[in-house]
Parts: sequence; structure tokens; C-alpha cells
Amino acid sequence: MLSRTADHLFWMARYTERAENTARMLDVNVQTALLPQSEDAARQAWRAMLGISELQQAYDRKHGAVTQRDVIEFMVCDPDNPSSIIACLTAARENARAVRGTLTTEVWEVQNQTYLDLRRRLHGGQLRQDPSQFFEWVKYRSHLSRGVTLGTMLRDEAVNFMRLGTFLERADNTARILDVKFHDDEAAAETRRDFYYWAALLRSVSGFEIYRKVYRDVITPERVAELLMLRADMPRSLLACMDEVVDNLGEVRNDVSSETERLAGQLHAELRFGRIDDILQRGLHDTLTEFLQRIYELGNRVSRDFLVPLAA
Amino acid sequence: MTAGGSVRPHYREFAAWLAQQTPEAIERKRAEADLAFRRVGITFAVYGDNAGTERLIPFDMIPRIIPADEWALLQRGLEQRVRALNMFIDDIYHEQHIIRAGVVPAEQIYRNAQYRPEMQGIRVPSDIYAHIAGIDIVRAGAGEFYVLEDNLRVPSGVSYMLEDRKMMMRLYPELFASHKVAPVEHYPDLLLDNLRSVAPVGVMDPTVVVMTPGMYNSAYFEHAFLAQQMGVELVEGKDLFVNNNAVWMRTTRGPRRVDVIYRRLDDDFLDPLAFRADSALGVPGLLSVYRAGRVTLANAIGTGVADDKSIYPYVPAIIKFYLSEEPVLNNVPTYQCRHRNELDYTLANLAQLVVKEVHGAGGYGMLVGPAASQQEIEDFRARLLARPDGYIAQPTLALSNCPTFVENGVAPRHIDLRPFVLSGKTVSMVPGGLTRVALREGSLVVNSSQGGGTKDTWVLEQ
Repeated sequence: MLSRTADHLFWMARYTERAENTARMLDVNVQTALLPQSEDAARQAWRAMLGISELQQAYDRKHGAVTQRDVIEFMVCDPDNPSSIIACLTAARENARAVRGTLTTEVWEVQNQTYLDLRRRLHGGQLRQDPSQFFEWVKYRSHLSRGVTLGTMLRDEAVNFMRLGTFLERADNTARILDVKFHDDEAAAETRRDFYYWAALLRSVSGFEIYRKVYRDVITPERVAELLMLRADMPRSLLACMDEVVDNLGEVRNDVSSETERLAGQLHAELRFGRIDDILQRGLHDTLTEFLQRIYELGNRVSRDFLVPLAA
Repeated sequence: MTAGGSVRPHYREFAAWLAQQTPEAIERKRAEADLAFRRVGITFAVYGDNAGTERLIPFDMIPRIIPADEWALLQRGLEQRVRALNMFIDDIYHEQHIIRAGVVPAEQIYRNAQYRPEMQGIRVPSDIYAHIAGIDIVRAGAGEFYVLEDNLRVPSGVSYMLEDRKMMMRLYPELFASHKVAPVEHYPDLLLDNLRSVAPVGVMDPTVVVMTPGMYNSAYFEHAFLAQQMGVELVEGKDLFVNNNAVWMRTTRGPRRVDVIYRRLDDDFLDPLAFRADSALGVPGLLSVYRAGRVTLANAIGTGVADDKSIYPYVPAIIKFYLSEEPVLNNVPTYQCRHRNELDYTLANLAQLVVKEVHGAGGYGMLVGPAASQQEIEDFRARLLARPDGYIAQPTLALSNCPTFVENGVAPRHIDLRPFVLSGKTVSMVPGGLTRVALREGSLVVNSSQGGGTKDTWVLEQ
């Protein structure tokens, strides 16, 4: 497969996944904003939202106070924010268009239709009237995009590079979601034990029902961390993501990729054989920060080894 | 329709069917087609951030129908014409018999901007230059076909031929049950076969690629479509490189050798070392590998010398010279303004003639006399006098019409036809082509860049 083609496929999948994750995070905040809470707490939640995505500075340059309306606007429809949902879905479609011949008709049509519908929905004002409905739609389109890929594409490198993009992105997002909740400042310390707080976090990764099924017990932050980091059967956990990264890397392996495979395998093994007690003892924030760095490095290595190689 | 306005026999069945359709049903189908084309993304022209800049080519749901005997004649004529044109290009880059015989003046070759001295003496596989030709045809009466233009460089539109057919079969399956429409869907197979047949000598299992200028090119959809349908890579210049006297593409598993390039960009952009140095679309060094016979370009470099409007008037003579046959298809009578007496005739009859720039394309830079204002005619007179050898003139033929959906129902509109002729070890084509239709009443210009539309072309089987 052409390196450029693989590059477009990788980023198409990453951007689709990123849009979904942004929708998930925003939706949870919209939901919790409906609960009785102080204005400070609400503002804190939206500020955290920007922090997770490393968007605080970009937001401050454009907006004054942190309000729900402005944050949503910034993270959904601001074309100048490269992480906004509209920017991600446009980029996903742009990448798909560049390699449309490699995609099945169905996969291309889903990307194209998502892009066309997105504009219609935003113009139609759905985001203001019923944001949750809009976020549901974004998630649904992302599910559809992954599903139609698995349902129609030949299991070849094209799919491998799309899966690599999806799971590197998802690992990054899950780690950020988890980190921000543990990394709140002192003022929010009390809320850490708050049932709604953790329930919301679990819902943002479709983990609420899974938590109940796995633990059959009250919600504790330690178990949430375990579920989202170390459970291989939790589809959005770090371990589950690394399973996929390692598998797909193995499929596309080439003459120069062995070190990348080794680093991915090492990270995978640490999660696979890790214990939550040890992680908490060492410090969750430190562990997650390091994880994010290593995922970032893996993404770069994938690009270097496969996607934009130097001229021979 | 015939000149008298009655329905030609091969349209009768369709006309009877159409009479039974309600306007609402037709409108519904039209909306369905629009939506489907939009969803599939069959668009053309400028592409940008704004969805409004991706345009659909208007699709007309009334097919253009060609009876079997007329197609047989066309096919014979097209094969003959393309065979002769290939021999002509081969000749002018080698022995130049035709110049020495005085059939085509030497200055028409050497002063042609499309003439490539780099091709002089180069052998190409099977001596084929125009592997894919799109010949524009108009019909002026029953079985009376005229060639309007030979497109031998990177003719577009074959994807619309295929997508229009797919759409018609989806919208009106019942019509295909009642008509014996010859299939065209195997075109990509024929094309791949053809491209593989012209691989460099000694290559047993050639790797074929389609080369595009990129996704912002107006015909990008077609490039991607053809690559996908043939199951080959769609590459851009930056995906290729030259090393060790061969062309390679950059893949995720390392460099892979490329043998045949169906290139959809003009000569000028192929190789910055040989042609335009400012172009980033091509592959540095490509020409050297090509000249060594280690990669095939389809179409070959320098084919444009034969599809120019200045060569066009000589094509009947070219056919006679190489094949010793009478041309099956006529040229539209053409006045070459470079000749004094033909210029005089043109100047005296501007209001009746179509005047075209010799190197023009896309329906730009032409005068349609009967539709022009006095001012436009005077402007063109001045241009002709200033540079007579830059223009040709042709009578406005009584071009055939085809019933077409317009705002107020069905009305006749002018059409032309672009069949696609493939040349390799053999000459082949699918029965049909792209029918373009001028949507404005009275207009003779069918180019999509001028608001023309397309319709499905049905060649009926006996």
C-alpha cells in the first residue's frame, strides 16, 4: 500500500475517533450541568474540559469567561480550533476523499454523508436546542464508520492502518479523561468521592453498565481507574487499545519497524501485567502523563516507519 | 427526433413509456438521482472548504439512444481514425514520411506547442501513443456522423458514462427489461487489459498505476474511480521516485517497481527536470526512465501534436495516407484561417460560422456566429486579422437534438457524443460513450465547464 494512502487512512480514523471522544466529553458535562451544583463547580467542570484537550489557551484567546455555551461553541463548531468536531469531521472526510478509491463505497459514503449532514445539523440549530441529541449523533456516526469498515473492507493493511489510528487516538483520549478527574485541584477534592462525578466519567466512556457488571459494587475511583486502564475486556480501556495497537502493528510490520513494535509491546505488557495498587502508589497522574508521552511517541514512530518514509 | 419532429423509430418504445409517467414521479426520480450523486460524491470543479464549491454535473434522465447499425458504422470509423492517428504520431517522431510526402506541412508539426522534440526517435511499446482517446462526435442526420474533435491527451468523462448507466439502471430497471441496451460496465477491465498489454518489453506481470495531479483537480473523482475499478494504486507525483533507471512508488513495505503509468496530467507537469521546473506534481527524472523504455506512460508524451485543431483538418488525408482507405467518419468542414482565401471566406461569413482558437479547450475562446452580438463578431474579426493562424472556422451544423428534461418539461437540446477508444495490441471500445447535452435552449456548447449536462448513452443490440 502507498505510504501516502496509509497516512490518509490512519488520520481519517484518528479524526473520526477524536470527534467521537470530544462529543462524549461534552455530553457528560452537559448532563452533569443539569445536576444541582454551584456556579463555581460548573465553571470548574467546563474549565477541566478545556484542560483535558489542552485547549485552555486557545479558548482564552478567543473568549472571555468560561461558559457552557462558549465552550460548546468552541469545541463543536469553531473551524479555527483544529480539535473541534467540525474540524475533525472535515479533516476525516478530506482524508477519506484523498483515498476514496481505497475505501469501499460504503465507507466513503458514510464519511461523506457525515460531513454533509453535520453542516445541515449545525445550520439547523440542533446544537443549541438539544446538544445531547447532537452528541449522540456524532457518536452514532463514529460507530457507523467503524462498523462499516469492519463490515465491508478487505482485512488488509488499509484496515490495519485505520485501526492503528483509531486505537492510538482512543488510548490518548481515555488517558486524558481519567487524568483530569484525578488531577483536579484541591477545591474539587470533595467531589472526588461523589457518585455522580464518577458515574458521569464512566458514562463518557460507555463504562457505567460495564462497571456494574464487572464489580457489582459501589463506585470507587480506584476501581474506575482499574477498569479504564487494566481491563482487557473494557473496549475503551488503555489495555484494550494497546491490544489492538500491538496486533495491527504486527500485521503491517516492515524492515524498519521492529523498535516501534518493541516499544508498543513493552507498554502493552506493563498494562497487561500491571496492578492498580502499584499504579496508585506510584501516582496515577504521573503514570498517565508518561503513558500519554509514550502514546505520542508511538504515533510519531508509526508515521516515520510507514506513512511518510524518506526517499530511498 | 427527426427534422420533421416525429419520433425516430428506436425512440418509440421509450416515448411510449415516458408518456405514461407522471411529472411527479419523474420529479421524485430526479431528486433521488441528485441525492445519490451528491452522497456518492460524484462532483467536479473547484474544491474548497465550502460545500457549495463542489458541483454536480447535471444529469438528464432521458437516454440518448443509438441503433445498432449506426453504432457499427461509428465503431468502424473510430477504430480507423485512432489507428491512423497513432501511426501519424509514430511517424512524425521517427521517419516523417507524411511530411516528406507533402501531406501535412512541416511547420504544422514543428510550430505546434504540443510537439515534443524529446520524443524524436524514442520507441514506445507496440508503437502506440494514444492509448486512450476520446473522440467527440456530432450527428447531423441519420447515420451522418462528424468528428468534432480528437482528444488524445487526457480525455475525461468515462466515469460519468459508467455512473450515468448505474443511475439509470437503478432508477428505471423496467426500461432495461424492455430495451436491449449493450453493456458498458466492463470498461475498467478493458482499460486494465489494454494498459498491461503495453508494458515495457520483458515485463511479465506489470504493475499499473493511475497518476493524478491530486484531489483538487477537477477530474479527481474520475481518477480515483478508475484506479479503484481497476484495483490499482492511485498515485501522485510525490508517491513516485526514480532510482537505478526505474520508477518506484513509496509503499508501507518499502519501494515497489512501477511499469505502466496511466497518467492524468499533462506533459508539462510530468518531470520538472525535463519540462516545467516550477511544477511539484511530477516525478524528477521520469523522462529519462521513459526514454530508456523502462516505464510506459499512457498516453505517451507528445500525443497532443495530433489532437490540435491545426492538425484536425488533415486527419482525413492522414487516414488515406497510412491506411489507403476512405475515412468512414467525416470531419466537419473546416476553414484554416492561416490560408488567405479561407480567412477571407471566414471574415465574410462570421455570422454563420463557429470560430475556434487552435489551442482552445473547454468551450472557451470561441465565437458562435449565429448566437453572437454584432460587437462580439467585430471583436473576433479584429482577433482573426491580428493572428489568423491561431484560428479555424466551421459551419454551424444542423446538430442533432435529443429530448431532454428542462424546467417546463421535455424539450429538444443539442448533444454530442464522446466514445472512448482504447489502443494497445488491439483497438477496443465499449458500445457507448459520454453524451453531453447543452442545457440552455439553442446553445451548441456542451462542455461541463459551460453548464452542460450528461445523459446515459444507449447503444441498442440488434
